[in-house]
Amino acid sequence: MTDLLEVKALHKHFGGLAATNNLNLAVRKGETHALIGPNGAGKSTLMNQLTGEIAPSQGQILFDGLDITALPVHERTHLGMARSYQLTTIFQGFSALENVMLAVQGYLRKSFRFWENARKEKALREPAMALLERVGLLQRADVIADNLAHGEQRQLELAMALASKPRLLLLDEPLAGMGSEDSLRIIELLAELKKSHTLLLIEHDMNAIFSLADRVSVLVYGTVIATGTVDEIKVNPEVQTAYLGDQNEEFHA
Amino acid sequence: MRINDISLPRVSPRVLFVLMSAGLLLLPVYAQLIDVPFYITLVSRMMIFAIIALSLGFILGFAGMVCFGQAAFAGIGAYVVLVFNHHAATGTPLVSGPLTLHSTASAFVTWPMAMLVSAFAAFVIGVFALRTRGVYFIMITLAFAQMIYFFFINLKGYGGEDGMRLSGRSTFSGLIDLGDQLTFYYVTLAVLALVYFLLRRLVDSRFGLVLRGNRQNERRMAALGFSTMKFKLVAFTMSGAIAGLAGALMVNHGEFISPAFMHWVRSSDIIAMVVLGGYANLMGPVLGAGIILGLEDVLSSYTEHWQIIYGPLLLLVVLFARRGMYGIVTGRGADND
Repeated sequence: MTDLLEVKALHKHFGGLAATNNLNLAVRKGETHALIGPNGAGKSTLMNQLTGEIAPSQGQILFDGLDITALPVHERTHLGMARSYQLTTIFQGFSALENVMLAVQGYLRKSFRFWENARKEKALREPAMALLERVGLLQRADVIADNLAHGEQRQLELAMALASKPRLLLLDEPLAGMGSEDSLRIIELLAELKKSHTLLLIEHDMNAIFSLADRVSVLVYGTVIATGTVDEIKVNPEVQTAYLGDQNEEFHA
Repeated sequence: MRINDISLPRVSPRVLFVLMSAGLLLLPVYAQLIDVPFYITLVSRMMIFAIIALSLGFILGFAGMVCFGQAAFAGIGAYVVLVFNHHAATGTPLVSGPLTLHSTASAFVTWPMAMLVSAFAAFVIGVFALRTRGVYFIMITLAFAQMIYFFFINLKGYGGEDGMRLSGRSTFSGLIDLGDQLTFYYVTLAVLALVYFLLRRLVDSRFGLVLRGNRQNERRMAALGFSTMKFKLVAFTMSGAIAGLAGALMVNHGEFISPAFMHWVRSSDIIAMVVLGGYANLMGPVLGAGIILGLEDVLSSYTEHWQIIYGPLLLLVVLFARRGMYGIVTGRGADND
């Protein structure tokens, strides 16, 4: 298998703090790769560098063999990377449908249109409805996003990320702040997406990781200390001491 | 409690629109009936400021840019018309040297030129200012506006600090006579209607949705694949062009322009119009311009310190009616999301 995403010797310093420290990571085409690590390990900082919101101090990021280290956010999206945020960042004032329509519009790249009423355009509505159906939000299409339940907002996030027909989905804690029922629904949805997409997943919920991930990388102090299958990671002694030591009860949950 | 929560007789946005349109269309008839032709001049002025306020309301309400340069953009438009008309009247060339360009007072040339030059100024300022957000954006637009102000103060050939009288109004190839008050009124109304209508289409278009999305969450917009800066710059440039067009009307209205008009305090008046009227809707800025200039006219007939009354009024609206007069009258929330 070839790598879809490759991170080579990545460094990011904030003043004296090395948030990312000589980090190497490879995500294979088609796999679901989970990134775990204690709070402050630099997971979100890495995510922001992958999407281009933060520029690395040093190192290289390759997407499908192409060096994207210096590309701005929107161009990475058009290459086929999409992300969902840890904190829900949907457009609160728009309806669910309008949120996804805007995402479709971003993908289509034809937004210098000044006359036609975009909300009535079939070219935006139809793909958006299809995406809402895919994440199970079709019935809630006309609800203002702010009024959606938390779980539904996460579903909406996913629909928006999918609008750009990404090859790689970067999911920053898709289960954050969710009740168990909502979690199950999202896990089901991710299991479905896993069949057709490469996923890089940051998550704290070990059950989700064990059921979804093909491989896991463990991030500690800004560097990947181990990569392997779920079973390999479970028994890795370095991981045990560095990360799982104090969280064993969660690990066996 | 907010004013919006108190139950007042409300009118729907559609009814408000019809009322305003009918009022503006019929005002000259009324003014002539009661024999106060001054109202025609006053409302012409209100409409010109309404256009400037719209140009700001569009970027402030729908794209989240609080720009302190709107009066400067309008002033540039006014000066462009002034310069053209001055050279046309004196028979001097507009540009001399290896290439000699003769001037004209024709509005078909000078008004588009006013828009073009203002748009260009907005574009250049936008390239710098749009890299920043919030207070920094305000400060940079303010700084540029003051630079423009001082540029015109130093423009001695066209009156410098004292400003200059317009030598004859813009001409329309003999089709329209702007010297006639009533004609001027309806030309201004037509421009206002056109700007309103175009912006109305624009804010609901794909382009408009991108601006609204940017206002709510620019970071997310980039992640969706939008090159957000491009959209903001185009909107800012358009706003400059509209203000420039209003400037062309303004110099014809007062037959005079001076740098005083471009002072930043003027721009803050325009922001006040937008906020008082309600920036979550395009009708708001038009209402705001009318109300503030109306108040100025009425109150200043009682006292020259009319702002003592105007200030607290503005404060009340800002504190208790976040959606401005538009929100009070229609009871509607924002439609800029």
